[in-house]
Amino acid sequence: MGGIDLLYKLALIVIIFLISLVVAMYSTYAERKIAAFFQDRIGPNRAGPWGILQPLCDGAKMFLKEEIIPTNASGFLFIAGPSLSILTACIGSAVIPWGQHLTIGSHVVDLQVADINVGVLYIFGVVSLGVYGVMIGGWASNNKYSLLGAIRAASQNISYEISMGLSIIALLMLTQTLSLREIAEQQYSWHWNILRQPLGFLIFIVCAFAETNRTPFDLPECETELVGGYHTEYSSMKLGFYLFAEYINMFVSSAVMVTLYWGGYNYPGMYWMLAHVGTTIAPIIGVVVMFAKVFLFIFFFMWVRWTIPRFRYDQLMDLGWKVLIPLAIANIVLTGVVSTVLRHFGI
Amino acid sequence: MEPLSNKRKLIESKPLNFWERAYLPAIISGLSITMKHFFKKPVTISYPEEKREFSENFRGMHSLKRDENGKERCTACGLCALSCPAEAITMIAAERQKGEEHLYREEKYAAVYEINMLRCIFCGLCEEACPKEAIYLDGDIVPADYLRKDFIYGKDKLVEAPLNQ
Repeated sequence: MGGIDLLYKLALIVIIFLISLVVAMYSTYAERKIAAFFQDRIGPNRAGPWGILQPLCDGAKMFLKEEIIPTNASGFLFIAGPSLSILTACIGSAVIPWGQHLTIGSHVVDLQVADINVGVLYIFGVVSLGVYGVMIGGWASNNKYSLLGAIRAASQNISYEISMGLSIIALLMLTQTLSLREIAEQQYSWHWNILRQPLGFLIFIVCAFAETNRTPFDLPECETELVGGYHTEYSSMKLGFYLFAEYINMFVSSAVMVTLYWGGYNYPGMYWMLAHVGTTIAPIIGVVVMFAKVFLFIFFFMWVRWTIPRFRYDQLMDLGWKVLIPLAIANIVLTGVVSTVLRHFGI
Repeated sequence: MEPLSNKRKLIESKPLNFWERAYLPAIISGLSITMKHFFKKPVTISYPEEKREFSENFRGMHSLKRDENGKERCTACGLCALSCPAEAITMIAAERQKGEEHLYREEKYAAVYEINMLRCIFCGLCEEACPKEAIYLDGDIVPADYLRKDFIYGKDKLVEAPLNQ
């Protein structure tokens, strides 16, 4: 790898990092605005025109708040918790292909930080690391409510990871690869995986809601019932990191869902565009399409949040273990049978 | 036993059918309901830029009235203070001097007239008690402030603006 390439990779990492931070920042604003619209209100409109400076004000407020570390808290772990949480949230986006190969002059640019051949496994590794942030934070607080909240969160995340993994296996049986780039390439034009794996996608999106701790699975933090769950003892920007990590997770999981099931940067008529508009403009349109899909999913996350009430804890476990896991296994069997039959008849 | 009214209704609880248990149709209908609200006009009134219309008998901030010649109507009789259930009104009476006839209608007037807006419950009993039609609660909402002492309104804030002659 030459020096230019290395420099380019660094630039791409920084850009993607910044994009995910800005998207997460404005997701908080979007959440408040969208919540307001769903409830026939206006939402934040005082800071700047239409309130667009609201996230900056919120951030400044978070930084200026008094930072309290409880006396009996475990000092190092107390800080490690939110750091780990936001770290795992940020590194998830590294394997996502944001667009086709972009040609600028004679230079071919790869719009993906790392095209590793175990991309899907990497995502899963990062997602399961996210539990540690919550668990460490809850434990280090030395507060029984925090610990109980952390246990709830951890058991929820671990339960739903299983059905998430099982729903992915059915998809991998069709794609025959773990590389997210190849999965995206396979879904050229309109051949999106959602058409082949609707049930798998349904299971995946339910699990994604649970993994990101979003309503209807937000009981790890449910503000109205617990005192704040695992982050009861957190204040200032450490609390901000926990909340912020949730929004970054939402962005990354939307991007993963788009890449795996909704065709990533592919859109009908992309080859016609590639031939007629050129190899610079067309991939950029692909990136725009990718982000449009991601934003639609973020909107969907918020839409669901302001529609559905929270699950009870036993209902949550019932859904995870008694419904989603059998359903995911059935989906694997069904996918295997159908694809074998189709291959037998040469379709 | 014979029911007292015919309003009694037996509720059967049927076991949920498959689609009801699947939960998804319910989610979709819920999502469509919230989406309808997404495009509705917001009901918010952006106070203080916009104000809700008050009803005709709205009781807001007090004003001490002047008569048709611009003289203060209040004679410091103290009936308003006496009627006030919150004991928000205090006043100090004074005698009208020569040369002040154009300022005060009667021989006695209120030199100091204070209403504590934090105590006032805007019941309007002072308005009813006043024999001289000198006090009315026809003003706006009392504005917010920082200090308790700033909520004690004196004559500078309460008395109507003088007539332009």
